[in-house]
Amino acid sequence: MSRSTLSGWGRTAPGVATVVSPTCDEEVAQALATSSGIIARGLGRSYGDAAQLSGGTVLSNLALVDQSAIDENGVISVGAGTSLDQLLAFSIPQGWFLPVTPGTRQVTIGGAVAADVHGKNHHVDGSFANHVLDMRLVTPDNSMTLSPSQDGELFWATMGGMGLTGVVSRVTLRMLKIETDQMLVDTDRFSNLDEVMNAMVTGDNAYQYSVAWVDCMSRGLSMGRAVLTRARHATRSDVDAGTLRAPRPTRLSVPCSAPNGLLNPLTIKAFNELWFRLSPRHQEEKPKSLSAFFHPLDGLRDWNRLYGPRGFVQYQFCVPEGAADTVRRVIEHLSSSGIASFLAVLKRFGPSNPGLLSFPMSGWTLALDLPVGSPSLPGLLDDLDEMVVSARGRVYLAKDARLRPEMARAMYPNLDEFLAVKDRVDPRHQLTSDLARRLHLVGT
Amino acid sequence: MENAFGQPQSIVVLGGSSEIARAITKRLCAARAHTVILAGRNQQLLDAAASEAREFGASQVETVLFDAKDPSNAQRTVTESFAKVDGATDLVVIAVGLLGDQERDENDPALATEMAMVNFTWPVAALAAVRGLMVAQGSGRILVISSVAAIRVRRAKYLYGGAKAGLDRLCVGLADSLEGTGVTLQILRPGHVRSKMTAGAKEPPFATGVDQVADDVVKGLANRSRVIWSPPILRFLFGVLRHLPAPLWRKVTDEASR
Repeated sequence: MSRSTLSGWGRTAPGVATVVSPTCDEEVAQALATSSGIIARGLGRSYGDAAQLSGGTVLSNLALVDQSAIDENGVISVGAGTSLDQLLAFSIPQGWFLPVTPGTRQVTIGGAVAADVHGKNHHVDGSFANHVLDMRLVTPDNSMTLSPSQDGELFWATMGGMGLTGVVSRVTLRMLKIETDQMLVDTDRFSNLDEVMNAMVTGDNAYQYSVAWVDCMSRGLSMGRAVLTRARHATRSDVDAGTLRAPRPTRLSVPCSAPNGLLNPLTIKAFNELWFRLSPRHQEEKPKSLSAFFHPLDGLRDWNRLYGPRGFVQYQFCVPEGAADTVRRVIEHLSSSGIASFLAVLKRFGPSNPGLLSFPMSGWTLALDLPVGSPSLPGLLDDLDEMVVSARGRVYLAKDARLRPEMARAMYPNLDEFLAVKDRVDPRHQLTSDLARRLHLVGT
Repeated sequence: MENAFGQPQSIVVLGGSSEIARAITKRLCAARAHTVILAGRNQQLLDAAASEAREFGASQVETVLFDAKDPSNAQRTVTESFAKVDGATDLVVIAVGLLGDQERDENDPALATEMAMVNFTWPVAALAAVRGLMVAQGSGRILVISSVAAIRVRRAKYLYGGAKAGLDRLCVGLADSLEGTGVTLQILRPGHVRSKMTAGAKEPPFATGVDQVADDVVKGLANRSRVIWSPPILRFLFGVLRHLPAPLWRKVTDEASR
């Protein structure tokens, strides 16, 4: 037990909490029984305040790490504190990959469940929840195994439920068979947003993985210029396949917090320009390692320190299929405001799952990294919220650090249903977080 | 809970009817503040400030009465204010202060003491009460309104400036003591602010208005600046002024306030 200052990956709004690190379900149950307010935390990669509880108890899941072997169908049962990095180090040499991976391997399985994470294959494979067979959940009064057929209501409240239904201690999921540790990547450069969006609508279905990086600082005719990368796993016949190797540990890191304002409109513009110019105009079937394709940012540890002590926010929203125009208007609004924004990630989502607070919905998603500091940024993001809500879209709670409570309510129409399920398993409302309090999900 | 931009949802303002405090409260209500507790000595003024807070978006606004001439009520005032907030208090603003009438006060022990009480002793007592409550929360901010008058005290206003200097210096230490608690103390050092408190006084260079001060506060909260200067240029100006030889300092300040 220790008192620690915790914040999200964006390093904003820190709070001090008592941290406990249980090693088994019984210890998790004990921590729940003795805390008036508690939330689970993994590797702290939520951008905002989802995995912290100021003045309360934060349950670190990092000691819940035992795991089974992978059976012939690719099914594995892992402790919720296992990181994707640890799991891949174990599974890739055996020819298994994660069915869904976010942009970093530094999240835990428990965190992946809580945020119902998605990856570059959402348009064909759905999000993390779609590949989970069952899980153990410890609630304040009980512990149980959940699956879509075994208390499906609680299963789908927990998937994407931001840890507010209980502590996930173990997850069984089905992995993806791979023949090599290489990806075959097609890259295309587009000089504006309309071109890249058209290419995605017409071509994405031919690829398992697809994502576009958009320059949100270019204006005029080149507004929203982008680089689209699409890929599939290489088979043995595609490449000279040796033994499958797990990603190497990261050697480079940002040693300390950079000064505020290192990432400003000028430096970011220069970076975006360089990145665009260095990307190939058109390239087919270029072999790349798994980590180079899926987790490029994992190559630089603690990269969030580049944003300086003020930190940064990530704004990720999705809008339904017919609302492509909202994406265009958001990028227009942003590029005309001159606010510094790093390369934005644009992606098409496939159908949503029954997760009550799960983020993805069939349509478009855009994610923006924005340094805190510009006085006009808070108001600009409030404007974007209005645009997203009127398009019936939503903002990703795992990224959020600044929504208004009433906006969160409008974006997540299943919230009341979620709260009813939560009430059933957490009648004394012990499970809460700074995010839940800020958005009035669970009282204040 | 405050958000990534340091915008609080619940605030307690001690000295809530002062003009600077009202300007800050308005800004914060327009952003995220829905719960506002205003403490002050004049119910009528508090009510006016309260309806202003509601107008700018606060849904729960309450008032608490106290008199800063009596530090023994600081504990009660703070506890009562915090108790009115449902959940955590994200920000406490300490805006208690009295400019006084130097010529009248300087030879009167009772009035001189009163200046020290209102500008120093009461805020210190309140800070002691606030500190404990906020550290228990594990998060929160304290904004103390100091003054550039605290950086180098001038003869025309030494009772006010001296008391603010004590408060300012104490807060520098208090802010350090809060490191690692999740609580942050920030010091606001405005220059000459056009308000009722300063009406009639001659305006020195770099005078500012309450709305500009509120803007600087909003920025300072987002940036987590330890000291918020308003206008920001005063930081550099006073970096020089504080080192002027005394005769020159007297000349400059007499000139500025004549």
